[in-house]
Amino acid sequence: MTNDREKVFSRLKASLDRLPARTPYPDFPADVATPADRREGGLSVFRQRLAETSTRLFEDIASLGRWLGERNVLSGYCDPSLAAILRPAIPPSIRLSTNFDRQRPDDYQFGITRASAGIVETGSLVLKDRDTSDRLGAVAPWIHVACLDPGNLYATLADALTDLGDDPAVILVSGHSQTADVEGIMIHGVHGPGEQACLFMQAEKKTENGP
Amino acid sequence: MSRQALDIFASELDATVLQAIDIGARSGVEKRLATLTQDYEDPDALRRLAGQLRQHSLDHLDEYLAGAERRLEENGAQVHFAATTARALEIVLDIVRASGTRVVTKSKSMASEELDLSRELASRGFEPLETDLGEFVVQLDDDHPSHIVKPIIHKTRHDVARSFERSGLGDYNDDPETITRRARSFMRDKFLAAGVTITGANFVSAESGRVVVVTNEGNARFGQAGADVHIVLAGIEKVIPRDRDLALLLSLLIRSATGQRITSYVELIGGPRHPAQPSGPREMHVIFMDANRSDIVGSDMAPILRCIRCGACMNSCPVYRESSGHAYRGVYPGPMGAVLGPLLADEGFGKLADLARASTLCGACHDVCPVDIPIPDLIARLRERSVREKVKHANQGVPPMSVYSLVARHPRLWRLVMSLGHLMERLPLARLPIAAGRAWLDHRTLPRWRGGRFRRWLRRSEKGRADD
Repeated sequence: MTNDREKVFSRLKASLDRLPARTPYPDFPADVATPADRREGGLSVFRQRLAETSTRLFEDIASLGRWLGERNVLSGYCDPSLAAILRPAIPPSIRLSTNFDRQRPDDYQFGITRASAGIVETGSLVLKDRDTSDRLGAVAPWIHVACLDPGNLYATLADALTDLGDDPAVILVSGHSQTADVEGIMIHGVHGPGEQACLFMQAEKKTENGP
Repeated sequence: MSRQALDIFASELDATVLQAIDIGARSGVEKRLATLTQDYEDPDALRRLAGQLRQHSLDHLDEYLAGAERRLEENGAQVHFAATTARALEIVLDIVRASGTRVVTKSKSMASEELDLSRELASRGFEPLETDLGEFVVQLDDDHPSHIVKPIIHKTRHDVARSFERSGLGDYNDDPETITRRARSFMRDKFLAAGVTITGANFVSAESGRVVVVTNEGNARFGQAGADVHIVLAGIEKVIPRDRDLALLLSLLIRSATGQRITSYVELIGGPRHPAQPSGPREMHVIFMDANRSDIVGSDMAPILRCIRCGACMNSCPVYRESSGHAYRGVYPGPMGAVLGPLLADEGFGKLADLARASTLCGACHDVCPVDIPIPDLIARLRERSVREKVKHANQGVPPMSVYSLVARHPRLWRLVMSLGHLMERLPLARLPIAAGRAWLDHRTLPRWRGGRFRRWLRRSEKGRADD
């Protein structure tokens, strides 16, 4: 292996030494590819962008609870730190598991986990490993609900990508899982969720910083 | 006359395959154009900028590759280098064996196609599973992808339905939604049973070590939620300098590939899972594969390594549309494949050197390239090389140019030929012993000879000016 490392670097060096000059790093702002009409941040634009990516938005816990009730789901996974907050709003007939049993992935019709931030430009939800209680809960069920503090928004993709921090896995989720592999026809829900939702949750923050 | 391999393949293609490819490629062109023109006043300026950024990355690859290695190791990942595809395969096999797993999930990775990874794993008793829907169908059919973004662009829903039926995935049903649900249901247990998951890398940031993987299906994400070990197989050219470069490169890659502004999932993986995270890889291995790339970076062919695998060049290529991806006989089809294929070929340049002829040099591939690769120039250089290295099959059917070359380099001779050119109209050209000329005349008629008129006009006009 070490041998291969040496081989690769010595070949690279020999090859690059042949170059008469090396192309300089171009000077450009990180958000150079943000379209002019997508530079505006803010919550109301974010709402529109979530709709563009077919991400269903719930402004409060009660509306999420009602929707789950209407969907006739029976059980789902929920981040343990969110269960106590959400439980009162979710119909009692729906079972909330705070542990994802990987032997029974089909038991969970929905998964509720935290999102770390949102990106206005692309209508994306940022899921960081440290804030996601279980990766499986966010990807395996048909419905994924990401709970987001709407105060945590990046205006542009560039803003988010230049602030990744040290989290080992940062995932930008922009809508549901989809494919157009068969004759270019768009189908939802290949391996990941067929329905992506976002719940605005300011409650915790309000409690902490309450008047 | 003897025809080139690509022409023979194209002439024998089924009409439904051609139609499927044409529809798929055209829709790709339209979606790309619509998003780029809607979003940017001057998309070309962005393409040039991204081209310079990628060229800078390649020109400093020694530095950035070492940087990526350092950061990944600091993040807790294990970094491996493979000088060849064979060595990359050995490394993958060692990791898979050490994990004790039999089931291996795989996301779409063109680098892995270079080692024919799924077949190699299967031949050693492992159960590799291609999880991208298109690649899964390719695997069921023991086929090869024919497009780097749309692997089954050559197949219809009927083909896919038959493949599923044959493979025991339900009765014949050609509804794309049913097909997708069946794939979903089949793969869920596999994602959870797999001890190892393999992905490629769209980019690797030297600054943070982050490996960027872009998908719409969420298969790479599920793979990394189910397995304990994550192997990333990346060509060394995938390294870019900094995280700040990603917004530009992702914006152009995704718009060029699918016409979206962003794909459903963009993963930025820096290392093994967070200690508090119950699911996902405890081990992350990144294999940087050279396989002839290091020789290309310092050569006049280096711009081809800027390629970010969007597939726009094949969508827009008239030759690709008429011949399909399989006609290119390698991992990489279309215009970028016509350049990269011969350069990366394990068996040497000669094996695929004829692909440089698979182009009309119309320039559409360069026009749509998000990283401004001058593909027609590179193709012309490869043609020159195949002549210089006397690669016979690469020049089959190409008219001998020595007579033209002689005439064009001697002005007097040129004038003489121009004045006698009308005699060509009396010659039985179709009977001349020049195969390429005969083939040309099979489909075309020579226009009336008009050579020499410009020189006469110029002489008269200069004389007129002197008289004034």
